[in-house]
Amino acid sequence: MKYIDEFRDGEIAQRLAQRIAAELQPGRRYSFMEFCGGHTHAISRYGIAELLPEAVHMIHGPGCPVCVLPIGRIDQAIDLALNRGAIVCTYGDTMRVPASHSLSLMKAKARGADIRMVYSAADALKVARTHPEREVVFFAIGFETTTPPTALVIQQAAKEDLPNFSVLCCHVLTPAAITHILNSPEVAQYGTVPIDGFVGPAHVSIVIGSAPYEGFAEAYRQPVVIAGFEPLDVMQAILMLVRQVNDGRAVVENEFTRAVTREGNLAAQHIVNDVFEPRDHFEWRGLGEVPHSALKIRPAYARFDAEQRFGLQYQGVPDHKQCDCGAILRGVKRPTDCKLFGTVCTPENPMGSCMVSSEGACAAHYSYGRFRDIPVVAA
Amino acid sequence: MCLALPARVVTLVDALNAVVDLGGVRKEVSIALTPEAQVGDYVIVHVGHAIGMIDPEEAERTLALFAELGEMNEALAQGAQP
Repeated sequence: MKYIDEFRDGEIAQRLAQRIAAELQPGRRYSFMEFCGGHTHAISRYGIAELLPEAVHMIHGPGCPVCVLPIGRIDQAIDLALNRGAIVCTYGDTMRVPASHSLSLMKAKARGADIRMVYSAADALKVARTHPEREVVFFAIGFETTTPPTALVIQQAAKEDLPNFSVLCCHVLTPAAITHILNSPEVAQYGTVPIDGFVGPAHVSIVIGSAPYEGFAEAYRQPVVIAGFEPLDVMQAILMLVRQVNDGRAVVENEFTRAVTREGNLAAQHIVNDVFEPRDHFEWRGLGEVPHSALKIRPAYARFDAEQRFGLQYQGVPDHKQCDCGAILRGVKRPTDCKLFGTVCTPENPMGSCMVSSEGACAAHYSYGRFRDIPVVAA
Repeated sequence: MCLALPARVVTLVDALNAVVDLGGVRKEVSIALTPEAQVGDYVIVHVGHAIGMIDPEEAERTLALFAELGEMNEALAQGAQP
């Protein structure tokens, strides 16, 4: 497919790897965090980790909306479907995230809850039109990429004056999370990893543009290179980060110029601003309460806010005691450091959220990398 | 979750919707977020919505940058063998 195949060329990837190796300063280590799960997935799937020189070390970040969704939020959605008689519509990725009482949306569905997987927010609106006698809740998760479609359906519901449709809004914000990794009380608890730069979000940046990272790059002296999700994009971004580190620069650069501008998609931002406003704080799995890191529905659209309509109170729930998702989401631990990894926690039966989405650090390593850990023994 | 793919706009259905072609698969998507999209343009489709446009000139520029790498590496190899 055009604009995909050209950016997956293996020969060029080899050349990029040679170039990266040639530009490294001897004796220096380079640790970069790829914020997005999309990059984590590409690094595992296309073997980028193997192509990179020893001295370049990639740390997986928390940029997977499924992975950072805390148990308490899924409990709310399950409660609406199981005990309040609502039809809950949601994206497929959220279906298997573990919640309280050994439940997930999938298991709640097996118990008779009316939970429906949708491809688009617009499909949830269709369900509401088809079932005027039922309450229909769209359980909305995702970063800035996924927020504009949710804003559009809320505007549409208002236009149609749909009385039975509401949204449980769990949309989160990327720049707040990136800052929080380097600057939060939990750093003391989990420790911190040396990070020399960030591979910045691809599709999030299409919407918000590259400008929102500029304050971060300057304040924390961290280079940020926005990159597409194809393997050559990631490799090129790593090369650009190496060059910034070598030159002692810390600025925002854009590798993904074919889709990302400095301003982003203004039409989408306008729609999002009309419907949503920032929350004071929001709990992230692994990162804890992060100030100004999520969105809520504006009072003008309050009748479509499931939290208000059903009088929901948020109740935080601690993760499984043995689960290391918290430390893994911060890049402090690797998937294989977790006792549960690949034993009781697998993509078929995830215990922690990082094993659920294919973009989660654990699922990516389980699917594409776990055999690398086993030394090859001649027969 | 942020999965999105570039697809070519085939026909504009109305002001808010278009049919796109994605490697031979055709699908109607919303273009409410990319009102500037025209037939022949490549849009980036995420959960049934075009969230952005591909700039073909910038894509060419990035690919040209990759092509230059070959020359840089060759120069490097020649430099290592005087």
